[in-house]
Amino acid sequence: MSALRAALFTLRAATPAPRFAGKKGAINQNLQRLILAAATLVATSACAATFAQAPPVASRFVVVLDAAHGGDDSGANLVSEAEKAYTLAFSVRLRSLLMARGFTVVTTRESDDTVEPDHRAEIADHANAQACLSLHAAESGSGVHLFVSSLAPVQDAHFLAWKTAQASWILRSLSLAGVVNSALSHATVPVTLGRIALPGIDSMTCPAVAIEIAPDRSSDAGGSAGLDDPDYQARVADALAAALVEWRSQAPERGQQ
Amino acid sequence: MIPRHQTVLFIVLLAASAIMGVLLWNQLRRSHDRLLHGQDSAPTQAPQVAAAEQATLMVANDADNTVQPRLLTLPLPQNPEARARAILGKLLDLYATPISTHPVPGGASSIEQVFLVPIANTKESATPDGPELAVVNLTDSFVANHPSGLESESLTVLSICSTLDANLPRVKEVRFLVDGQPRATLAGHADLTRTYLTTEETVAAGGSRP
Repeated sequence: MSALRAALFTLRAATPAPRFAGKKGAINQNLQRLILAAATLVATSACAATFAQAPPVASRFVVVLDAAHGGDDSGANLVSEAEKAYTLAFSVRLRSLLMARGFTVVTTRESDDTVEPDHRAEIADHANAQACLSLHAAESGSGVHLFVSSLAPVQDAHFLAWKTAQASWILRSLSLAGVVNSALSHATVPVTLGRIALPGIDSMTCPAVAIEIAPDRSSDAGGSAGLDDPDYQARVADALAAALVEWRSQAPERGQQ
Repeated sequence: MIPRHQTVLFIVLLAASAIMGVLLWNQLRRSHDRLLHGQDSAPTQAPQVAAAEQATLMVANDADNTVQPRLLTLPLPQNPEARARAILGKLLDLYATPISTHPVPGGASSIEQVFLVPIANTKESATPDGPELAVVNLTDSFVANHPSGLESESLTVLSICSTLDANLPRVKEVRFLVDGQPRATLAGHADLTRTYLTTEETVAAGGSRP
């Protein structure tokens, strides 16, 4: 209907002929205007049909995966490899799982590059992500250690200091940590929770959790599982993917997309 | 034929050498005895420069990511800065033991100094009992040998802050230096450029301020 109205409007505009023009010139001008009106009608109808047939724009649920360290910064010395190599491999693995579940994944590094903490935060902030996971690994402790920034929560502010930008997102980060904690516990992975002042995370404007994977030394796991145990890695990665699916399903309740 | 005077000279020199050898041997034995005697009399415990007092050490545990109080009796100096250094030194001594729940090499010598300064921009700083900022100066070797990891580093920072809070109530904030210079992180993770709060609620939540 709107296309028809537009064509009628064009036709109406074409109707008044110049009063003092010659008969032949007036006929030519009217002919041109009729052709223009017809073209407008066809084009508008086509556009209307296109909009009617196009599927609704899929909501992008962006997850940032930050493989810690890299390049000159090797991180911790694990039994099998350096922390930077472990986190990169785990990031690639988790990215595949998330993309298969329809997430848009942004990574802070794809190879053995040096990425400064501030640049990691810039990548996360530009991605406008709904979840940011900083991936780490260590030989101390047991299971997965979840950390949220130790900044005190503040109300949403128009201007955020760079080093404390995460303060406005602390409550959402704690909620995300709770969801991840539930998923890992469901997968029988021991979890410890903590707070830490971590460069990079403190500047992210998204729900952000630092995840440190350690060997599973819990007695109820039927023996210890090292960091290089493929089954253990798969269990942790699947649990994180399930946690993010749950986090996405809760997005409407939080007022996101 | 050897002249007589040369024979006499040879005998005298030989006797002198023998006497010197005996004297040297005697001196060596006396020195050795003196050394052994000195070792025996070396103190096996820290000198009691102050009366033994009870201190609360907040000891970290990597297994469950917690910090638990432990009461110890140890001689503590009256000077607050020396007191803080002694308490933190004892805490790091515990971490350096083989059976530590939070193994970190270094021990007491890892704490170079602890400075206590009034916190600026507060009304309480003008009073003698105002809040204080503790500046903990760590050695470079301690930081270089500290295990890298989110949990390990955060527990070290947390236990130091909690221990200061438990024993020096006026200390409300803590900053860290390494060999007198600011350092970005402890071992690649925990931020050392921040001022940490020691209040119980904040430390329990791991709070800090920029």
